[in-house]
Amino acid sequence: MYNFEFVQPGSVADAASAMAGEDAQALGGGQTLLPTMKQRLASPATLVSLTGIADMKGVSAADGVLTIGGATTHATVASEAAGSFPGLAGLASHIGDPAVRNRGTIGGSLANNDPAACYPAAALGTGATIVTNTREIAADDYFQGMFSTALDEGEIITSVRLPIPQASNYQKFVQPASRFALVGVFVAKYADGVRVAVTGASEEGVHRWTAAEEALSANFSASAIEGLSVAADGMINDLHGTGAYRAHLVGVMTKRAVAAAS
Amino acid sequence: MAKVNMTVNGSPASGDVEGRTLLASFLRDQLHLTGTHVGCDTSQCGACVVHVNGEAVKSCTMLAAEADGAEVTTVEGMANADGSLNVIQQAFQDHHGLQCGFCTPGMVMSAAALLKENPKPTEAEVRTYLEGNICRCTGYHNIVKAIMAASGQDVGAIAAE
Ligand SMILES: Cc1cc2nc3c(=O)[nH]c(=O)nc-3n(C[C@H](O)[C@H](O)[C@H](O)COP(=O)(O)OP(=O)(O)OC[C@H]3O[C@@H](n4cnc5c(N)ncnc54)[C@H](O)[C@@H]3O)c2cc1C
Ligand code: FES
Ligand code: FES
Repeated sequence: MYNFEFVQPGSVADAASAMAGEDAQALGGGQTLLPTMKQRLASPATLVSLTGIADMKGVSAADGVLTIGGATTHATVASEAAGSFPGLAGLASHIGDPAVRNRGTIGGSLANNDPAACYPAAALGTGATIVTNTREIAADDYFQGMFSTALDEGEIITSVRLPIPQASNYQKFVQPASRFALVGVFVAKYADGVRVAVTGASEEGVHRWTAAEEALSANFSASAIEGLSVAADGMINDLHGTGAYRAHLVGVMTKRAVAAAS
Repeated sequence: MAKVNMTVNGSPASGDVEGRTLLASFLRDQLHLTGTHVGCDTSQCGACVVHVNGEAVKSCTMLAAEADGAEVTTVEGMANADGSLNVIQQAFQDHHGLQCGFCTPGMVMSAAALLKENPKPTEAEVRTYLEGNICRCTGYHNIVKAIMAASGQDVGAIAAE
């Protein structure tokens, strides 16, 4: 990895001004960025570590919304959201392995928007709001295809606000070598309808499965999506699974998530 | 270069590091604590697991600068005060939980983190917890057995002798 200057500001304001420097990049838990830098696929001049910012850490529930600081680790979400939002805690508790969960952050995961990552499914599946140092972005506008988001250069995810569903669940079909999702589905039931978000499957990255949302909003049971099918067109086709296999898994994982929702 | 100070295995340690110096490199090359192994260098194998402020982390995927001010424990800090092997290390020896030993420091550190969180794990919980620790030799069976034994549970039933 090429050398860089390491800075660790204590406030969002200081981090934002450090990010304004030439070739500066945010560092969350480093679980994606450091391996990328070792491969010399990224070579920032300055790394701005966000994990020293107390305001960007922690989980709190109020008025039906769970707010998670952008630098909160997966392990913290797994333990602290367990009571208020078990579907999300379950998702966080199955990301990678324990050591990855002790470092990796929700802000890093959402900024990276890996097409097989777990958190994007929860953010889109709850209609979350991504809060940055400059604005608030609705999840429906935030995800813009594989590794692509609405974030501007230098913008920092300071927190994420997720409406807490009446019932929810995330089912991940694990790609056993990477432990990412071969296909993952997040299902969330609200008073005004059901949302279904799919990760791992599509070449467009995380997306909603609207046909399933309509069927489940009318009847929240696994049988409601029995007749639905997902087209293999546009699904990721690689050595781990064909597009048709992934399309089939979307239905299977959705049924499992509905059956397990709590 | 920037100066970092941390507590490693209970003693103060400091050194000058570049931004890019990994915690694993700092421990091995500057502090000469070579018990922490680097297997993959890509955060896959877990041979480099150490504890930072009590939490298991992969030291190949954390900067030394990020550990400034932290309490770090490596496998060298696991022995009992009198120098004898601690209960987890002894169980690895008793139950043949290692062959070449390359993965063992990471396995011991992950096992210690698990038992702190969950003092009496089931066999399935041990296997799940070790998802990020890869062993090329043992087939895991005796590692799992050693960790179960270290937790004070009877391992007769889970063992292929
Ligand atoms: C072995 C292994 C297994 C894994 N398994 C899974 C899995 O099953 N599911 C899954 O979803 N993920 C998985 N991951 C990825 C893991 O969740 C990462 O932690 C995560 O994708 C990135 O988070 P980070 O905090 O480490 O970000 P970093 O690696 O620090 O940063 C990633 C990117 O986000 C940017 N960034 C970081 N924080 C912010 C912020 N607050 N605001 C704006 N930009 C920011 C960085 O500049 C960089 O571009 C795995 C990783 C490993 C190593
Ligand atoms: S050397 Fe760190 S995980 Fe393999
Ligand atoms: S004992 Fe050789 S890698 Fe585990």
